[in-house]
Amino acid sequence: MSKVVLRIPNGAVEVIRKHGKESYPNECCGILVGKAGDSGKEVLQAVPVANLRLNAEEADRLLPRESVDFESERNRFLIDPKEQIRIERETRESGLEVLGYYHSHPDHPARPSNYDRDHGWPWYSYVILSVIQGNPEEMTSWVLKDDRSGFDSEPWTGF
Amino acid sequence: MAVKVVIPTPLRQFAGKQDSIEISAGTVAEALSGLTNQYSELRRHLFTDEGKLRSFVNVYLNDEDIRYLENDQTPLKDNDVISIVPSIAGGRPAPSFCR
Repeated sequence: MSKVVLRIPNGAVEVIRKHGKESYPNECCGILVGKAGDSGKEVLQAVPVANLRLNAEEADRLLPRESVDFESERNRFLIDPKEQIRIERETRESGLEVLGYYHSHPDHPARPSNYDRDHGWPWYSYVILSVIQGNPEEMTSWVLKDDRSGFDSEPWTGF
Repeated sequence: MAVKVVIPTPLRQFAGKQDSIEISAGTVAEALSGLTNQYSELRRHLFTDEGKLRSFVNVYLNDEDIRYLENDQTPLKDNDVISIVPSIAGGRPAPSFCR
């Protein structure tokens, strides 16, 4: 049996599910803030942020799309690095850490894509929420392997 | 020039668990290559197999995105601070019917 390593308070789970529902059919994204210890990570807050892909020009400047025909805010998310730096700074100042990020997969299972893998970073928890026909369904969490070859599933529990 | 490179949380494990590293370099490119020579495990996360900086690695020099400066050829001054900021991106597979 796998050990539960990520704990997410029910309130934060609700924030993520609501954000996924409201953003449908687009992808939503946000930052998971909390504490990391030897026994795992405990999220204290899920902070919704804007999907910068809605601002295609700025997003393409930061991370160009491979295909403008097949990539958009409906299947891509990007967090504004300025927003990320600001939240990271505030988090550090309050003695907490950015533990990872969440995003939704509209009309797609809560499994990391090759694109997720190619753009992932080790250590962070990547929480993925599947939103089918506008309804939030399965939510999973993943951690990129250190050699970037794929993700390991990270069991999570609400509390 | 003696500069400081700030390492983001997910990469600290590959940099001797340090949150910043002092390095001597004349340009941003030299600083990053000095860093990955010292900590070779960082290389695959920062550079492609062809040795180019990965598109989803943001590099800031004293709070300014180096894309707005001279990219990796931006010259450094003593006490400059280089921050490696991971781009956070992802998304479901691209279907052919998108848009």
